[in-house]
Amino acid sequence: MGIETALPTDIVLTTQLQRVINWARRSSIWPIPFATACCGIELMATASSRYDLARFGAEVMRFSPRQSDLLIVAGRVSVKMMPVLQRIYQQMTEPRWVLSMGACASTGGVFDTYAVVQGVDQFIPVDVYVPGCPPRPEQLIEGVMAIQRIIDEDGIPPIGPGGKRAPLGIAIDPSHAPAPQPVGVGLPKG
Amino acid sequence: MTTTPDHPTFARVKESFPDKKFRATEFRGDSTLVVEPGDLHEVMQFLKDDESCKYDFLSDVIGVDYLNYPAKMPGRFGVVYILCSYERDLRFYVKTFLDPSVPTEGIEEDPALVIDSVTDIWAGAEWTEREVFDMFGIRFKGHPDLRRILLWEDYPGHPLRKDYPVKGRGEREMYKVVDRTDA
Repeated sequence: MGIETALPTDIVLTTQLQRVINWARRSSIWPIPFATACCGIELMATASSRYDLARFGAEVMRFSPRQSDLLIVAGRVSVKMMPVLQRIYQQMTEPRWVLSMGACASTGGVFDTYAVVQGVDQFIPVDVYVPGCPPRPEQLIEGVMAIQRIIDEDGIPPIGPGGKRAPLGIAIDPSHAPAPQPVGVGLPKG
Repeated sequence: MTTTPDHPTFARVKESFPDKKFRATEFRGDSTLVVEPGDLHEVMQFLKDDESCKYDFLSDVIGVDYLNYPAKMPGRFGVVYILCSYERDLRFYVKTFLDPSVPTEGIEEDPALVIDSVTDIWAGAEWTEREVFDMFGIRFKGHPDLRRILLWEDYPGHPLRKDYPVKGRGEREMYKVVDRTDA
């Protein structure tokens, strides 16, 4: 089937933990679609069998920010919608990446009016911009592959200023003190 | 659709309100009756109830700003009501004009930009009147719930007024920024 058939079964492979984790992350990017316009249609086409985003491990569209790694902002974002987008970004768990798909999400596009945000990167961090109006699925796939290249360079935990993401402060020192358990917790004997 | 130049509703309105001031226009088969703002509610009630009119459906309520319009208009703001009659198979437009009395840049309440709501005649006017209020700042007296419908509540303008800049007054820039450490 795969590489395991070519290798003897009793060997040991050595690698870096960082590489293994990055390999796992890059191969299972679960996107959350924030599709507000025609870019969302191209996003659907990208996930379909002709372009098959599953080849890059990114076919599982999650509609919960808690379960997703990559926020794909596809389409124009109105000022009234911006707090929703920010809330979704804040609800995503680390590690998380943001892909700004198309001219509208990246710059406001032709919608240079009072109601449309002129680029979501003004208000949330963006890792990859995909140009196009709307981008073809090939372009979006290139954007996802760019996210994969970013993941390849990531550290564990990611380093703030030089690295791609900030340290996972919440994991290193939790902000809450666990209360003592009132009763001993254990499995019943017998 | 019966939209010939001699729209039957014109004659009915004229004989029923002999002492009211009306204007009527025709454009490419669409008949428009221009009424004074004070007469609007009474005329609309008549158009709904009269046996030969029976306008039982209000398609839309639209605001228009005629600032810098090339032709001379009776007022700066127009409010257009599109009526349909399923029973008589008629389509009819009613229009009224308002002139502001305070500067139109802000959201100051203007006593001159108030007309009677028709929500008691056609309940479907509720949201369309809210949209006209949101975009033009024209208030509807007797509306059950006159709030902004598309923009958020503390929006500092009425953006479809022609003196409102199309790029806004900084609403799209004034927002908090979320960075990578926000969770």
